Amino acid sequence: MAEIIKVGMADLNCVYAPNILTTLGLGSCVGICLHDRETKISGMVHIMLPYSFQIKNNSNPAKFADTGISKLLEDMLKMGAKKTKLVSKIAGGAQMFNFSDSSDIMRIGMRNISASKDTLKALNIPILAEDTGGSYGRTIEFSSETGLLLVKTIGHGTKHI
Amino acid sequence: MSISIVDLNSQQIDVLKEIGNIGAGNAITALSKMVSKRIDMKVPIVNVIEFKDVAELVGGPEVLVSGIYFKVSGDITGSIMFLIDNNSSRILINWLMNKNETSMELDEIELSALKEIGNILAGSYLSSLATLTGLSMSVSVPSLAIDMAGAIISVPVIMFGQVGDHVLLIETDFIEGLNHVKGNFFLIPDEQSFEILLKSLGVM
Repeated sequence: MAEIIKVGMADLNCVYAPNILTTLGLGSCVGICLHDRETKISGMVHIMLPYSFQIKNNSNPAKFADTGISKLLEDMLKMGAKKTKLVSKIAGGAQMFNFSDSSDIMRIGMRNISASKDTLKALNIPILAEDTGGSYGRTIEFSSETGLLLVKTIGHGTKHI
Repeated sequence: MSISIVDLNSQQIDVLKEIGNIGAGNAITALSKMVSKRIDMKVPIVNVIEFKDVAELVGGPEVLVSGIYFKVSGDITGSIMFLIDNNSSRILINWLMNKNETSMELDEIELSALKEIGNILAGSYLSSLATLTGLSMSVSVPSLAIDMAGAIISVPVIMFGQVGDHVLLIETDFIEGLNHVKGNFFLIPDEQSFEILLKSLGVM
């Protein structure tokens, strides 16, 4: 029986198959899922901001795309995952409010997406699928058994990626 | 040296709470005049809480809520967000438009009415803050989003996230007859503005 493990905001967790990882109500934040295709060890991190070095208050690694993904990778390797077998899926990074003069902070969703992608690229982890951008919230569920990511929204449908 | 909310001493928190009280009180008075109804208010609860607990206040991260967001400019910069559950949105719209609707579907005019209510609340809240501090500040036009609570809350939380792990939240309850509206104000000064705000209030 698969257990459902919650990942909060600026939080990360990893599981063995067949457990499921979920994060509720992603807005401008990005949820990054890593999955070892052989051992099925999977992890999820819910990041809020792009890079830790841009911010003074950076004691929590799970808050940032760069340190969050690195920490998740480290934890998964400790559990027995192989780096060469890892793939990823990402979701989130919406722009919830629209202003005509989009300042940097209002485009935080987009910046979170690109920081997540750049970090994954630097670590040589391929991105298999993504459901990012838009202006709506998402709840995501990652199945370590199948490697599928379920994306649920209010009024924008539900899909597996 | 910038300060974050958790570094505040109890005197500074008390002052911020008092501003919250006065601001919310003025906001309700303005709303009450506009809709010509007697609206009572419970004493607002001002809290400094951790990110992870914010969504629970409105019933969990997946609950459908309305968020009305404003940018603040002037002597201090930052933003204000007013967050209400959908039942409360309907009550507020009914008050303003003199309706008795129960449907949760909002049409174009109702959405615009909701923004206007946000405008009144944020505007009067900010003008009381400006009077108390002697600082000049103005609000932008409102931007409205209706979606999962977690997704909407993530916006102010990310802004706070650049300086700390806590948010300053003011919970207000408005009551008119049997109708009960529960609203939450997030006051989000930018990093440098926090200091200006506290200095102008004489607590730093």
